[in-house]
Amino acid sequence: MSDGMQPLEPKAGAATKSPLLEVRHLKKYFPIYKGVLRKLVNQVRAVDDVSLFVREGETLGLVGESGCGKTTVSRCILRAIDPTSGEILFREADGRVTDLAALDRREMRRFRPQMQMIFQDPFGSLNPRMTIFEIVSEPLYVNGMRSKTEREDHVAELLRLVGLRTEYMARYPHAFSGGQRQRIGIARALALNPRLVVADEPVSALDVSVQAQVLNLMLDLQQKLNLTYLFVAHDLSVVKHISDRVCVMYVGKLVEMATTEELFQAPRHPYTAALMMAVPRPDPSSRDIIQDLPGEVASPANPPSGCYFHPRCQFATEVCRTQTPELREITPDHFVSCHRAEELHLAGIKVNQETQI
Amino acid sequence: MVTQIHPLIKPANDLTREPLLRVEDLKAYFFMDEGIVRAVDGVSFDVMPGKVVGIVGESGCGKSVTMKAILQILEAGAKIVNGKVTLRSRIHHGDPNSAEELIELTHLHPNSRQMRRIRGAEIALIPQEPMAAFSPVHTVGNQIMETILLHQDVSKKEARQIAIDVFRAVGISMPEQRIDSYSWQLSGGLRQRAIIAMALSCNPRLLIADEPTTAIDVTTQAQILKLLRKLQEERQTSIIFITHDLGVIAQMADEVVVMYLGMVMEKGSAMKIFKDAQHPYTQALLRSIPSVQSHPRVKLPTIAGSIAHPFNRPKGCPFHPRCTHFMRGVCDASQPHLVEVDEDHFVSCFLYSEADGTKKMTKTGAALAKEESL
Repeated sequence: MSDGMQPLEPKAGAATKSPLLEVRHLKKYFPIYKGVLRKLVNQVRAVDDVSLFVREGETLGLVGESGCGKTTVSRCILRAIDPTSGEILFREADGRVTDLAALDRREMRRFRPQMQMIFQDPFGSLNPRMTIFEIVSEPLYVNGMRSKTEREDHVAELLRLVGLRTEYMARYPHAFSGGQRQRIGIARALALNPRLVVADEPVSALDVSVQAQVLNLMLDLQQKLNLTYLFVAHDLSVVKHISDRVCVMYVGKLVEMATTEELFQAPRHPYTAALMMAVPRPDPSSRDIIQDLPGEVASPANPPSGCYFHPRCQFATEVCRTQTPELREITPDHFVSCHRAEELHLAGIKVNQETQI
Repeated sequence: MVTQIHPLIKPANDLTREPLLRVEDLKAYFFMDEGIVRAVDGVSFDVMPGKVVGIVGESGCGKSVTMKAILQILEAGAKIVNGKVTLRSRIHHGDPNSAEELIELTHLHPNSRQMRRIRGAEIALIPQEPMAAFSPVHTVGNQIMETILLHQDVSKKEARQIAIDVFRAVGISMPEQRIDSYSWQLSGGLRQRAIIAMALSCNPRLLIADEPTTAIDVTTQAQILKLLRKLQEERQTSIIFITHDLGVIAQMADEVVVMYLGMVMEKGSAMKIFKDAQHPYTQALLRSIPSVQSHPRVKLPTIAGSIAHPFNRPKGCPFHPRCTHFMRGVCDASQPHLVEVDEDHFVSCFLYSEADGTKKMTKTGAALAKEESL
């Protein structure tokens, strides 16, 4: 499969900026052992041949339902877990491209400061026994900033950047609300001037009225610091709000990748369309729009044959049952893995002009 | 508290225009070592027969405690300190043609026979976490049959048949086999359907759904919402739908109650709340949510600050520290009351005149501050 496929460089004209990160044919299989002898009985194909790229300075949203492998993709990119196979190409500031998947722990150290993570749970991701100064300055210390005054200055600057008062430095995490804690997590992620920030569900644990604050902060910081985000979330409206481009995953596979506007207005994969229709909209006058998708998400341990989505797809034909579709670029910058992408006309979501302020 | 136990029995025809459930000035406090948490502080609303009332609010607004107070299943340390919850109950539970009586639930002891007969038979609960709600060591069928045997005068065999029938009604395929499975053998969507089947098994007239779709994926959520709406239309069941998701509320509710820190900020029909919100909190909340229908990468208007900790709840209107219309000396001095601004549209805010509900021409906090600085 791998030798016949074109690399995912976008076609000429569509590319405005070169990719900072490119993932090619990434796979991560988790083994299932059984019995006393720990015999390998099956594998969970958490990530099954995913290829994507993130351009410098943009936000790529990665969306999918639980168990689709979106978190596993983000962890493989950061090398928090080791991928089974595939390439993770990272471009450094001087233009050198390195395959992170092939590096060992020691070689990875040089790349770690360049890619940081914002975590989902603002309560679990901050050590309750460390002060805010200790939490935010730890990456600085680890990476060689030994002078305490220098670190203090740096932390104060970071706290101001994320909208927290510098007096908070000596306090412990319990004194802060969820939104403030998430700001602390963001300050820590930014401490080493990363080029790529992976945010795994950064607002899903926050209250609705606080989500917008954190999303706005992330947009602001991106402009100020020219950050590149990989934004992983299950909430389509949040992903739409922050992303330049969006990837949709289903059972370990990437089904569609396109610019945000195109993906939402003219989806080309039936799963993407169904996913968008299923989002309940805060508008009581459009009640009949909810369309449900029959069936359940397939198990990544025993995926169906052919296209993994075919048992739930109303457009499935014989070819869908037998052949696995590959991700291909059908229009510039619009990648779909569906056999029938060209012939289908799927409804997207119209932008509601009234909601504009 | 009044010690009247036996409710007044009225003939059925007198009650048909009455609400199925009426909650009046309900207050439930938690008495803790650190102090008193006023989790629910004066909540009133009606549930009309066959209607869906959505209670929406962020964490700590008291929406789940309200539900627990209605069912009298509050945790130890929490107590109903004031208010009345009146249920229009059938005398013969489960019988659609039964005569009715008005029961004041707040007068019943939580462990009393009558209260226990109402839970499940008249008011049923769909909890948030179906995994935690089912026992993992009993089959789901046995657990549903337990409910049926408790409330209905049927044999074990008949109970099993009823359980299979409700399984079919909630769209579970192969109900005869699935009924003998354990909860951990079912997928998230099926488990949620099984919980709904359990709630429906005794034909209750009121369902309380506490965040029934929060733990499941969007495509499954759409299935469950559709199912609930279908069942509600077929059986004319009333539903109290508790959620923090404004999208779900807009899709499900006829009437909406917006809560913030234990108090009702605004209530009215779903159309009025979503299209013509009057309370500054509701307006700000609706503006601040990202929508799939809006343009990408546009900054959202936000609500400043965060929800106050329950131990130091702000004086006066609980929303005033975050409100853009804050009026010094008014909002932080006393609590506003619900005023009717339009037909069946109530707002608890000092911007509206208590006499006739019209909007007062008052200066906002920003304007006041500007004036002071001059």
